[in-house]
Amino acid sequence: MAEAKAIDGRSLIRRRAGLRLWLSAGWLGMLCIAALLAPWIAPKDPLAQDLFLGRMPPVWEMGAEPGYWLGTDSLGRDVLSRIIHGARIALMVALIAGTITCVIGATLGLLAGFLRGWVDLVISRLIDIWMAFPPVLFSILLIAVLGPGLWSIIIAIVVIDWTRFARVVRAEAMAQGAMDYVASARVAGRGRFGTMLREILPNVLPTIVVLLTLEMGIAVIVEAILSFVNLSISTDQPTWGGMISEGRASVHQAWWVLVFPLITLFLTVLSFSQLGEGLKDRFDPVLR
Amino acid sequence: MSFLRISNLSVRLKKGPPLLRRVSLQVAAGDVHGLVGESGAGKSMIGKAVLGILPPSVEVTGGEIWLDGVDLLSLPLAERRRRIGATAALIPQDPLTALNPSHRIGPQITDRLVDILGWGRADANSRALELLAEVQIPDPARVLRSYPHELSGGMRQRILIASAFAAEPKLIVADEPTTALDVTVQKQILKLIAGMQARHGTALLFVTHDLGVVSKVCQRLSVLYAGMVVEDTSVADFFAAPRHAYSAALLAATPKYTDPAAGLQPVPDAVIAQVRAEVAAFDRGTRHG
Amino acid sequence: MCGLHMEGLGPMQILRVLLLRLLTTAITLAGVAVIVFFVIRVVPGNPIAMMLPPGATDEDIARLSALYGLDKPIVTQFGIWLSGVVQGDFGTSITTRQPVLALVLGRLPATLELSIMALVMAMILGGVAALAGTRFRGGRTEGAIDVANGMALSVPDFLWGLVLILLFGVLVPIFHISGRVTPSLELPFVTDFYLFESLFRLRFDLWADIVAHMFMPALALAIPLAAIIGQLLKQSLKETMNLDYVTLSRTKGYGETRVILREALRNAALPTLTLVGVQFTFLIGGTVIIERLFSYEGLGNMAIDAVVNRDLPLIQGIVILFAVIFTGVNLIVDLLYTVLNPRLRHG
Repeated sequence: MAEAKAIDGRSLIRRRAGLRLWLSAGWLGMLCIAALLAPWIAPKDPLAQDLFLGRMPPVWEMGAEPGYWLGTDSLGRDVLSRIIHGARIALMVALIAGTITCVIGATLGLLAGFLRGWVDLVISRLIDIWMAFPPVLFSILLIAVLGPGLWSIIIAIVVIDWTRFARVVRAEAMAQGAMDYVASARVAGRGRFGTMLREILPNVLPTIVVLLTLEMGIAVIVEAILSFVNLSISTDQPTWGGMISEGRASVHQAWWVLVFPLITLFLTVLSFSQLGEGLKDRFDPVLR
Repeated sequence: MSFLRISNLSVRLKKGPPLLRRVSLQVAAGDVHGLVGESGAGKSMIGKAVLGILPPSVEVTGGEIWLDGVDLLSLPLAERRRRIGATAALIPQDPLTALNPSHRIGPQITDRLVDILGWGRADANSRALELLAEVQIPDPARVLRSYPHELSGGMRQRILIASAFAAEPKLIVADEPTTALDVTVQKQILKLIAGMQARHGTALLFVTHDLGVVSKVCQRLSVLYAGMVVEDTSVADFFAAPRHAYSAALLAATPKYTDPAAGLQPVPDAVIAQVRAEVAAFDRGTRHG
Repeated sequence: MCGLHMEGLGPMQILRVLLLRLLTTAITLAGVAVIVFFVIRVVPGNPIAMMLPPGATDEDIARLSALYGLDKPIVTQFGIWLSGVVQGDFGTSITTRQPVLALVLGRLPATLELSIMALVMAMILGGVAALAGTRFRGGRTEGAIDVANGMALSVPDFLWGLVLILLFGVLVPIFHISGRVTPSLELPFVTDFYLFESLFRLRFDLWADIVAHMFMPALALAIPLAAIIGQLLKQSLKETMNLDYVTLSRTKGYGETRVILREALRNAALPTLTLVGVQFTFLIGGTVIIERLFSYEGLGNMAIDAVVNRDLPLIQGIVILFAVIFTGVNLIVDLLYTVLNPRLRHG
């Protein structure tokens, strides 16, 4: 009976985690489709200006212009269309920057945690130095060096955030390396790198996947922050951060210019993070 | 007039099997009452119920616990805690984990006096010094200023005993107070508890699995099996002639009371079957009645 | 990052651990200095050309470059800069032509006040959440707190700042959304610690104005940290609540709330503290964008301006100052941990 109760509680947790997982995956899936089909589903041209239609409120407000569902910004550009097109850059940054950061950071972490010795010493010292930089300032500095553009942002994210992976993976690899099965694999005649790739990596992989999901959310935010300080992509490309920056300036005159991109960004970041948390629960052997 | 009276106390795992089955027992003022049984028989659970520290996974489903003329279970939580704090105390099992590592010894003895009973700090401190001397701790003033990790297990158990007697409670629950200690220290601590109990005239509910201990310190005892009291009798009668087959078997399983030539007798399967049948009959009875 | 493990060590060994720790801190700071120095010197765009009026001749630019030492090889520049730093001279800002050290120290109090305010808010919010969650564990209250914590943790300070601007700056405008203090106010301050000095001078009118400006940026910074504190502290409180000494104190007559505060809190707070140290440095790093968002005149805002204006000496000074603060916070947390843990104190 006590057993049954415990199992009940456990499945409750799993149901909640499952719902969370599906909701976030649903939102992100929708976003992906919107980004892929942006030119066809966006109701207007995201760059078309019309100064006679500046700061039109969303359709359910007084004085709205039909066809501009979420209103227009100060230059008369359609907010909804800009959000849909903005998803392209946001998701591109999330996928590319997230993946590259993950590969580089996890590799360094794995090497440091498994090989130990001077490799670990050098990588740990680098991590310490990196942790002493204010990350936002560092990224702004890098963009200033690299010049604005999609690849600059991606490089900046990789350069700054590899430590997130390296730190965690290093600790995990160390913990795994100390376990018996690793020693027995070595005794069975497997080489150092063979052991690392075949024995350690599979056990660290769930952690890496969770971190990757979280990193994608972070990448979206970094892009938004850089757009916010006008350092991201050229100004004629619609980005969520750029829209938020405009919206922040005119928040008292046209709240919708800030609110809708903000909600989109908020939900996206929340989804990436909840997806990561949900996956963590799935991977956690105690809950499984 | 019994100071502690438990009647028909039933406790179970929340939505699970019963842990105590209509337990009744009485402890007269100044008496020592032993609770014996194998581990899992529910003897600790009775002490915990009396002190209101049942784990959250457990619920009381019926019965009364009268302490000093008040039914504890009818009181709201805060009131019950207060009442217990003022009239009863606990000597815990493991002295290594029962003292807060980040507080000094002094306040851990005097806290109840100051916070619950409203004593002045100076009075409480001199009382603590007195108690430490009574439990034979050298250099009490220094010990009061120490942290728990600076003291040995035996010392800590003495401190916990002093702390239990601090407010002159009328009832102390001793929950296997010597089990966690070295064999060499066990005897001293037992003697100390018995001596303190006699001097202060405190009623003592003594939870143990050791019948040898019971024969030394207790006047009465209850034998438990599967949360049911199978025998409640005076110690003298019990050791002379146990009435229940299970009690007799338990006695036969204790080194001191068996013929060394015959060796230790485990509780026979037939006896186990008998008590199990009684428990099952009891459960059927409560369900229908 | 983790505590100095001093259990069972003699004073000599403790000294050795401390010295080692100071040495690695020095290496870290040196690493930061080298990286910043070389990274910012690859920045395209000539800062000298930017500060001169249009139409300045190449000779003018060359002369001014020589004045700032920008015509020499990078390694030589680094040597000059380093020898200056050793003497407490961090160079001269190119845009304002004032000493970097004075500029940076003038802005530091604003950022420190903001960070400390945020830390206090985070500890209060997170502490209350953890205590309430522990007090009503297993119930609906705990579930609600967990959900709120999860939300707060998932979304970074930048977004919380924007949400707060909408809520309390636009929808219910009760706080100021930009600046550090209302510009028209007359300030009698002699230090740059406005928040503390207004309290000290008993000028509660000014204090209220400063808090009304600081509230939202500090709260935005505090929310993610509050969630972390709330989660960690609740977890260790709940573990502590099952320990024997806590059970014993229940038998002494204390109510559940008092048991949590008296017996569990202090022991549960220790493991949380070490993790909060690193998280606090993240919070300070977050001031850069939050100060920008709320036009708060602190170090971070100055840093972004410095990058935009290519003010190399200033950028360098600010980044190093941040690095000093970060490593300093970690060191302080380690020491605090040692002081607060009686087992280590008497070990």
